[in-house]
Amino acid sequence: MAATVPRAQAVEVRRTAEGLELELTGAWRAREVAAIETALAAVDLSSVPRVRVATDGITELDLSGAWALGGFVRRARRAGVEVSFRGTPPDLLRLIEQTLAEEPAGAVSPAAAAAPEPADRALVAIGRYVVRSARDLVHGLAFLGRTCTTFAASLAHPRRLRPISVVRHVYDTGITAMPIVALIAFLISVILAYLSAQQLRGLGADIYVVDLVTIGVLRELGVLLTSIIVAGRSGSAFAAELGSMRLNEEVDALTATGADPIELLVVPRLLGLAIALPLLTILADLIGISGGALLCRYLLDMPLTQYVNRVNYAISPSTFWVGIIKAPVFALVIAFAGCYRGMQVRGSARVLGHLVTVAVVQAIFLVILADALFAVLFMKMQF
Amino acid sequence: MEPVVEVRGLVNRFGRQLVHDGLDMQVHADEVFGIVGGSGSGKSVLLRTILGLQRPAAGTVRIHGSDITRLSEEELRPIKAGYGVAFQQGALYSGLTVLENVQLPMIEHLQLPPAALDGLALLKIRLVGLPADAAGKYPAQLSGGMVKRAAVARALALDPQLLFLDEPTSGLDPVSAAAFDDLVLYLQQHLKLTIVMITHDLDSIFRTCNRVGVIVDRRMESDTLEGIVDYPHPWIQAYFHGERARARLGALHGA
Repeated sequence: MAATVPRAQAVEVRRTAEGLELELTGAWRAREVAAIETALAAVDLSSVPRVRVATDGITELDLSGAWALGGFVRRARRAGVEVSFRGTPPDLLRLIEQTLAEEPAGAVSPAAAAAPEPADRALVAIGRYVVRSARDLVHGLAFLGRTCTTFAASLAHPRRLRPISVVRHVYDTGITAMPIVALIAFLISVILAYLSAQQLRGLGADIYVVDLVTIGVLRELGVLLTSIIVAGRSGSAFAAELGSMRLNEEVDALTATGADPIELLVVPRLLGLAIALPLLTILADLIGISGGALLCRYLLDMPLTQYVNRVNYAISPSTFWVGIIKAPVFALVIAFAGCYRGMQVRGSARVLGHLVTVAVVQAIFLVILADALFAVLFMKMQF
Repeated sequence: MEPVVEVRGLVNRFGRQLVHDGLDMQVHADEVFGIVGGSGSGKSVLLRTILGLQRPAAGTVRIHGSDITRLSEEELRPIKAGYGVAFQQGALYSGLTVLENVQLPMIEHLQLPPAALDGLALLKIRLVGLPADAAGKYPAQLSGGMVKRAAVARALALDPQLLFLDEPTSGLDPVSAAAFDDLVLYLQQHLKLTIVMITHDLDSIFRTCNRVGVIVDRRMESDTLEGIVDYPHPWIQAYFHGERARARLGALHGA
């Protein structure tokens, strides 16, 4: 085995009476192809009638090296130069010629798709985007419809609601999310309390810190932040899980055995999350209010009894319900975005990654959009 | 002459389960070496160990003389560039076209101008018998046989002298499998390759292999094809003299 690489000039050119004499030396391997190409390109073929190539100086020749040599020979012949070999030409050259000769070379270039005129490009891109978005919307609605009808159909037969599967999803999306949801709720109440204390102290309105923290957490922030965390955690998990099942043809296998993937995979996830998210929201509310109490006690020196009294005064049951009623809606939005994008996966790992990203981004966007709509709705209803 | 691949005293274990116990294997230059064994006998584990994807509990694995079980990732790089692997399911990168799949090892290991990259990759694709328009396709658009061929094209990207094939004909129809065997022989002859091939396919073994190693009882028995069929071990007897093997064996002895 030649362990060391002989770094010789690949091509020695001699000018003789009847043309060029090329003495090829050194190793002609894949690793040296870049250098070889440069050396061959430097050979001046203008006004040369014939070239004689000597290959016996080559210490090692592999397919890539032979390809470079073959390319040179073709270039020379196209330029009208007669090419001959001293001794027999390497076998690999024949192999390459055979391989490439079977089809007209360059007949089909892989990247030769019809590119639109530069002037049209923006227009074409916009058109494609619109068509794709419209189609996506239609497909999304169709999926939503199928999910709803499947759910309605399985309501008549409770066994088809897959209780065991639902419980598993409640555990995966709810119980395991408790620590992070609690931590975030606590930190949010700290931020709210600090922010409002700083502003309200100057006005001597310390007591309103309690109102701000409790109403803020109960009405909006508790449910919203929990939903965003869950969208990142479980929306992506749904999309990735269903997506890889698609890639693995598991979904097709289900369909082939006569099972409905929507009933088996999608509905339990929707139900599971619709149960888990309200429970997580209650946890976030509790922790948020307790966090507020802690802050008021140590930051504003407010006795705990005063805090509790103020909380009782500031909020009514409807404050809690306004927040909690949004949770199942957000849960369905998140689970639907995750499942729909997951079921869309086809073909490759790249598509999977893209669709998981889309699932999470859309879930978060739709949650915030729905929250805004709720805010308007509740204001009109004077809740 | 020094063997191309030499495994000595290999021990692999998962927890309490012993997969290999003192396995020896030698592959010589320019031969097609078939690895045979029952399901669960550790063929894939052996291949993964040779490829350096898994460190053995004991034993040495030498490729071109250097013991890969003692080398760092950095030192392994040139050795890995010296062999090609075609995995069982192809393991083509699904986000890249066939052309880009073949180019990836070249981009990683060689500094080539774009024109050379395209030309060389297309040559490899044509060499394994794929049409030129397969180059622009994604793996999901290929048939099973084409995926296997594309995997070989990628394995040949760096012009290795040593090629590993993991069950290359599994999942192919008999006609495609026979065509694949021909491809293996064609490449072996023209590129002077050393080929190590895991296979279950008796037709493949009789058609392509010079020597065969059978994994039985956590060790390997290896011999020439003519020699191995007469080994007394019950599994080897069952394998080479079972109902499915008779016809093939007649052809071998008749010839």
